[in-house]
Amino acid sequence: MTEYNFAYLDEQTKRMIRRAILKGLAIPGYQVPFASREMPMPYGWGTGGVQVSAAVLTPKDTFKVIDQGADDTTNAVSIRTFFQRTAGVATTTATSDATVIQTRHRIPEEPLHEGQILVYQVPIPEPLRFLEPRESETRKMHSLEEYGLMHVKLYEDISRHGHIATSYAYPVKVEGRYVMDPSPIPKFDNPKLGDMAAIQLFGAGREQRIYALPPYTQVVSLDFEDHPFEASKADHPCGMCGATDSYLDELIIDDLGGRMFVCSDTDYCEARQAAGHKGKDAA
Amino acid sequence: MQANTLSGGFADPATQSAHAFRSVMEAMARPGTLRDIEGAAPPAPVSPAMGAVLLTLCDTETPIYLAGDMDCDAVRAWLSFHTGAPFVGPAHCMFAVGKWDALVPLAVYPIGTSEYPDRSATLIVECDALVTSGATLTGPGIKDHAALSLPEVEAFQANRRLFPLGLDFIFTCGERLAALPRSTEVSRSSVPARAHAGAS
Amino acid sequence: MYVAVKGGERAIENAHAWLAEERRGDTDIAELSIAQIRAQLSLAVNRVMAEGSLYDPDLAALAIKQARGDLIEAIFLIRAYRTTLPRFGASEPVDTGAMACDRRISATFKDLPGGQVLGPTFDYTHRLLDFKLAADGEVADAPSRDAETGNVPHVTEFLNREGLIEEAPHDDTPPPDLTREPLEMPADRALRLQALTRADEGFTLGLAYSTQRGYGRNHAFVGELRIGSVPVEMDIPELGFAVEIGEVILTECETVNQFTGSKTEPPQFTRGYGLVFGQTERKAISMALVDRALRWEELGEDNVGAPAQDAEFVLYHADNIQATGFLEHIKLPHYVDFQSELELVRKLRREAGAQQVQEAAE
Repeated sequence: MTEYNFAYLDEQTKRMIRRAILKGLAIPGYQVPFASREMPMPYGWGTGGVQVSAAVLTPKDTFKVIDQGADDTTNAVSIRTFFQRTAGVATTTATSDATVIQTRHRIPEEPLHEGQILVYQVPIPEPLRFLEPRESETRKMHSLEEYGLMHVKLYEDISRHGHIATSYAYPVKVEGRYVMDPSPIPKFDNPKLGDMAAIQLFGAGREQRIYALPPYTQVVSLDFEDHPFEASKADHPCGMCGATDSYLDELIIDDLGGRMFVCSDTDYCEARQAAGHKGKDAA
Repeated sequence: MQANTLSGGFADPATQSAHAFRSVMEAMARPGTLRDIEGAAPPAPVSPAMGAVLLTLCDTETPIYLAGDMDCDAVRAWLSFHTGAPFVGPAHCMFAVGKWDALVPLAVYPIGTSEYPDRSATLIVECDALVTSGATLTGPGIKDHAALSLPEVEAFQANRRLFPLGLDFIFTCGERLAALPRSTEVSRSSVPARAHAGAS
Repeated sequence: MYVAVKGGERAIENAHAWLAEERRGDTDIAELSIAQIRAQLSLAVNRVMAEGSLYDPDLAALAIKQARGDLIEAIFLIRAYRTTLPRFGASEPVDTGAMACDRRISATFKDLPGGQVLGPTFDYTHRLLDFKLAADGEVADAPSRDAETGNVPHVTEFLNREGLIEEAPHDDTPPPDLTREPLEMPADRALRLQALTRADEGFTLGLAYSTQRGYGRNHAFVGELRIGSVPVEMDIPELGFAVEIGEVILTECETVNQFTGSKTEPPQFTRGYGLVFGQTERKAISMALVDRALRWEELGEDNVGAPAQDAEFVLYHADNIQATGFLEHIKLPHYVDFQSELELVRKLRREAGAQQVQEAAE
């Protein structure tokens, strides 16, 4: 694809995105509007993450893409191939080897280290959107730090179900100021958001927003004293590697109700298996 | 137009600005760390680091304020040629460029609005020295605390009190830079200098 | 024993190969050329240019061929291409008064300078399938005369002379650019019109229709509808004057809408405006109606809560590339978030079940 610029985007567009990233890092959790471009993949399929990755990648980077924790899901493959072609970057599936990781819906199990950048694909960046559809209103609420609506919603859950009925895209408060949508990661991943050594960047293409968490930022999942936040997952070990600390996918293995649970983070699971760990369903 | 107006830009803009941006981003994400940045050869008094920052972030959409002796024909011509950025006064700038004494007082720069705190100026401050000792820094991007040779303390404390509004700073010196976003708490109490963070 | 599914990359490659084969179809049938699409499916080409925001009939025809006739997919191809093009500058505003009209009708005056020209319209065709076309599409030449040239004055100018219609004051403020800046509310009229001209035809039509049925009714008459080519000029600073760089075919619709007036202003007609690339009159009329509905605030009208009055609702949902992308993304894997919901629902059901058992026991 020699007819396109390094990492596809033209330099002016990259500068615009880079300026937005810097402001996002300076105001953790605040959604910076940016003039998202049409990308050669559909809105809703990671165009925000792709634009952010394109703006931060250098030819020296090693790039990893995961979707639902897996490197080999079709959309992850498609995005990885896109940057191989347009930026000529090295790619990897090993979390620890990657310098830039683009993700949809998961944070890798293995703790990230300094020098790494985690880029999230975000569908709806506004944590208040499903409570208030109007952008003009939600922007006002953020400016006034008026988050009562969110607490009311969570409390209504409790009175109705006995629990907060939000299991993914669970809202967080950043540095005591902005309520932020962590993208549709399971709430199991929420505790990894805070105090992370890596830089976290969030890109929402269709909604034209970029936001960020610098390393070691305080991120608190919203909760109540009598209903503290709880990071939950399926109560099973991984059938392949036996891990008990990883987020699991549920697979239906026959038509008799048989099921098994496997790590959603494929790299984590494979590395454990290679190190000799074995689950009850492994060969 | 002089010969050095046309030269001193990035020879390979796409990859050089990508590397330069990573230095700027790492610096902004980790206040109190020093980063190497190279590739630009701007006319004096602009340092190579400041030149690279400007080439990386500025274009026709970013009004620049040149403070003090930065506002000279050579710098104007060089920036016009390489970035096309318009020159404005401090009240309407997106980037302000100069030595600390020429940039202060800070009250004149845009600090954003409560609905759009991002619409604030970034000040690029040319420093005679830049080391990881001096004022103590805490806040997002900093594990425990960090230290940086800031030109003063009160102005940054006042800026922090404006949060989430406020100004963001990039400090340049030779081929190095550091940054201080508005989110950083600055205090005078001195701690031993951290080891030099080195190249990004 | 379980073996994880691998091979996403091969699956994608194979799917693309199959897609290419399906696009070509039966190879015993002659391949469709770009020229054929451009010439014989010109209204599809026009829609792709309009909603793709790029005036290039050949590229639009190529996109339609590549997209197997899926016009939204073709529009997407054009948009993704367009966004990579460098900008050399902005043209001068086109003068639709100087349009060489192929079609020009007014629903408000029986006759007027420049005349009524039906042009190549489906309007009075009887919608009977023409089985002759199945065998042979050749047609006899249509009678012809030169296009209406020179100044074909706008109907609204006649009304304006009597003060019967609101002024549309000349304004040299550069319009915002939807493709270079994030959409922000409130959006001024220039920005709204920009969004509407590239908006999905079906969405715009539905909204316009809703205003006719009473959801923000504004009594629209088609003051004038004109279709034809206009020259595009660009100011070249080095030359010091504007030069013609080409021409585009446009459809322009001006509606004349009623307005009751206020204490300070006597009754006056108001305007709705539509301007779209190519022969695209359904879209241009729809655009004019929606434009007018969105103007309730500046005209001091009541917000009756109609969808077409709600700029935020209209502008955030009118773009079919955004809409189709997000709609279709729900096909992508959501194992992780679904799994978290599954666990939660199981937990809530367990607890609800336990509570019922306990209540039954008490």
